[in-house]
Amino acid sequence: MLLLRRRLIGAIPVLLIVVIGTFLLLEAAPGDAVDAYVGMTGGDAGLIAELRQTWGLDQPALARLAAYFWSLAHLDLGYSVTFSRPIRDVILERLPNTLLLMGSATALSFGVGSLLGIAAGARPGSFRDRFLSIGPLALYAVPGFWLGLVLTVLFSVQLRWFPSSGIETIASGKTGVSRALDIAQHLVLPVTALGIIYLALYLRVMRAGMAEIWRMDFVLAARAKGISRRRIVWRHVARNALLPLVTILGLQSAAMLGGSVVIESVFSIPGLGRLAQEAVGSRDTPLLLGIILVSAVLVILINLVVDMLYAVLDPRVGASEESS
Amino acid sequence: MSDFRISRRGVLAGSAFLLASTALPGTLWAQTPTKGGRLIVASDSEPRNLNPAIVASNGVFFIASKVIEPLAEASFDSKDGLEPRLAVSWEGSEDGRSVTFKLRENVTWHDGKPFTSADVAFSALQVWKPLQNLGRVVFKDLEAVDTPDAHTAVFRFSKPTPFQLIRNALPALTSVVAKHIYEGSDIAENPANTALVGTGPFKLAEHKAGEYYRLERNDKYWGEGEPHLDEIVYRVLPDRAAAAGALEAEEIHLAAFSAVPLADLARISKVPGIEVVTKGYEGLTYQLVVEINHRRKELADLKVRQAIAHAIDKDFVVKTVFLGYAAPATGPVPQNDKQFYTKDVPAYAFDPAKANALLDEAGYKRDANGTRFKLKLLPAPYFNETKQFGDYLRQALAAIGIDAQIVNNDAAAHQKAVYTDHDFDLAVAPPVFRGDPAISTTILVQSGIPDGVPFSNQGGYKNAEIDALIEKASETIDAEARTGLYREFQKKVVEDLPLINVAEWSFITVARDTVKNVSNNPRWAVSNWADTYLET
Repeated sequence: MLLLRRRLIGAIPVLLIVVIGTFLLLEAAPGDAVDAYVGMTGGDAGLIAELRQTWGLDQPALARLAAYFWSLAHLDLGYSVTFSRPIRDVILERLPNTLLLMGSATALSFGVGSLLGIAAGARPGSFRDRFLSIGPLALYAVPGFWLGLVLTVLFSVQLRWFPSSGIETIASGKTGVSRALDIAQHLVLPVTALGIIYLALYLRVMRAGMAEIWRMDFVLAARAKGISRRRIVWRHVARNALLPLVTILGLQSAAMLGGSVVIESVFSIPGLGRLAQEAVGSRDTPLLLGIILVSAVLVILINLVVDMLYAVLDPRVGASEESS
Repeated sequence: MSDFRISRRGVLAGSAFLLASTALPGTLWAQTPTKGGRLIVASDSEPRNLNPAIVASNGVFFIASKVIEPLAEASFDSKDGLEPRLAVSWEGSEDGRSVTFKLRENVTWHDGKPFTSADVAFSALQVWKPLQNLGRVVFKDLEAVDTPDAHTAVFRFSKPTPFQLIRNALPALTSVVAKHIYEGSDIAENPANTALVGTGPFKLAEHKAGEYYRLERNDKYWGEGEPHLDEIVYRVLPDRAAAAGALEAEEIHLAAFSAVPLADLARISKVPGIEVVTKGYEGLTYQLVVEINHRRKELADLKVRQAIAHAIDKDFVVKTVFLGYAAPATGPVPQNDKQFYTKDVPAYAFDPAKANALLDEAGYKRDANGTRFKLKLLPAPYFNETKQFGDYLRQALAAIGIDAQIVNNDAAAHQKAVYTDHDFDLAVAPPVFRGDPAISTTILVQSGIPDGVPFSNQGGYKNAEIDALIEKASETIDAEARTGLYREFQKKVVEDLPLINVAEWSFITVARDTVKNVSNNPRWAVSNWADTYLET
């Protein structure tokens, strides 16, 4: 629990830096929310001045940042002028979709990636190892949006196995299990596109870890004892090689969040990534700050969970943290 | 549905038979539309404010025009190109100081209250005139709206206002909202701006942010037997490739406003069951324009502007950038406009040699690298085509020794750079011609417009003669005389080149062939779709 508390307190400066940095970046971007709005609809000088005043954009940047921190201190994320709604509501509406997409994609890339890594690392240097190492690496080099489009053309347009876009059938009135199944069906393609890209990373790390462990003395001892190869692979080698993978899992959660921006756009999934893109386009600073804050908290929480998991898997880690 | 498609693709003879069988009922049912059904269309944006009385833009109309109606709608063959909606007749007085509208009777709002002249008076004075992006210009002299009875509204103007302009403004600028919903509230922030209440054939039933809008049939609609559809669903598909995919996968029926990119049209038009329709946007012509910053010494020189005009191969632009789905422009009024267009203007034929000669004459000699001077070129980010034309223009200018540096911005940054900071030399803009030059066209060349107004003359151009023409036309009541003034205006603009009109284009609708009555008026995508139906 000490670990938990220390991590949470340590996160506060990080979050502050994230908020101020994002704010400054958006301030530096040319054009504000009113420019973005009238650029789409048109309007005369009077209208523009009125909007700037109503939206509080006539205030100096520092005053707006101070006001933002003031409302943040009251646990209020503020009001979005582009959506005419409280930002908390807008984000909460989209967060589950992104979590579902990210979670499923992470599970896919971690699960399949580590299994393939074990298959490759069971006999380092074999033909199977080489084949498995190169294939996913090629996929890793593929841009996410392209993979998404190819999957859509193949599986939605040609074969019609899965819907091409959306998170669920629109206005279907489905509830309970049939709704869950409907969402699952819609998620197959985006999760595959997102998951496949990051799969190579887990595979490579798993394989490299196994190749190293094969050379260790305890493996030699196990082999000398006459334990079957299969048992050595699973119980001795793979299990030890799994640890670094858990670390990557935490680090990758941030990358996944970035990748979901693209995938959510291609598959028209109303998630946080697409919302962030819209917020930048419409220069909705408080909304973007809210999204980034929520994402940062999310990544910090995931890494915390991973670290605690690590401490469980490898008692040495937890012990050193407690004592220091 | 998928089985059906596979069989149609697989068996050639079968496909011919099926084609024949679908064509036959199609002609028979033309008289009696199918009732019911859900039409699913692609939508690429979710406007912040969905009230067409405040935001008169196509993005808003696309959805809101089915819920909130204007006084009249554009039409292909009715008198003056107008068809009655909430008004049944309109008449301007001799002196241009009043317009009398007879309103439709027995019309009710979606909440059951009756529609009366009070609603029209309220909309005109409290919404169109003070709040609407276009109405602030057209209705600026509207002084009062008299309501002698519940179905008559008389607009009174403080200055003579051309009836021709008011008439041409009816489809886009006169969406009527309910007085009882808005009265006494902050109109600009009223929740009804997103939860629309109208008189239209459909009611706004549901909006799920990021996913869809759902419109439901208005059972009490005034149109006899209309609407035919039970529901219209707008699926939010921000990615352009997604709309084409969803159409082919039969997940949506229709994608308007060129949601399917031009480059995909040739392929998708061959897909059985999908039709590519180019009609239905005649009232919404977009113009590809090169905006010029006249503060730049070189560009203030007419010879340089003429040289740039001669350097642009308009036919090439139409063929390669627009893939043929456009027409070369001759001036500030598009050719498809029947009232005002004149072809009697100077022409600038594609002639790089002449352009080079003009630049030499103007005194801008090529330096050792063959460059005469450098320019900053800002293509508007709103359309693929404006960006592609920016690339073309850079090459065309290079051929005459002008080195243009392209600056790419997103919408907000472009708006600020060009229209507020004037930080550009040339910009590529897509202004819209809305049926009358006074609505959104003269503003592109008129002087004295404050900084920051989008889609207006921010290039520092000032021409007393053109300003005087615009002024005179704004108070000329006689339609013929007014049209004459605008013909003169076109001539003067093309002579002096405050900006260069390159091409005119409209959008493309891609629809499944089961959707009927598509594109049957010049503003179809933004009209009410009361007669649209789905063949089963």
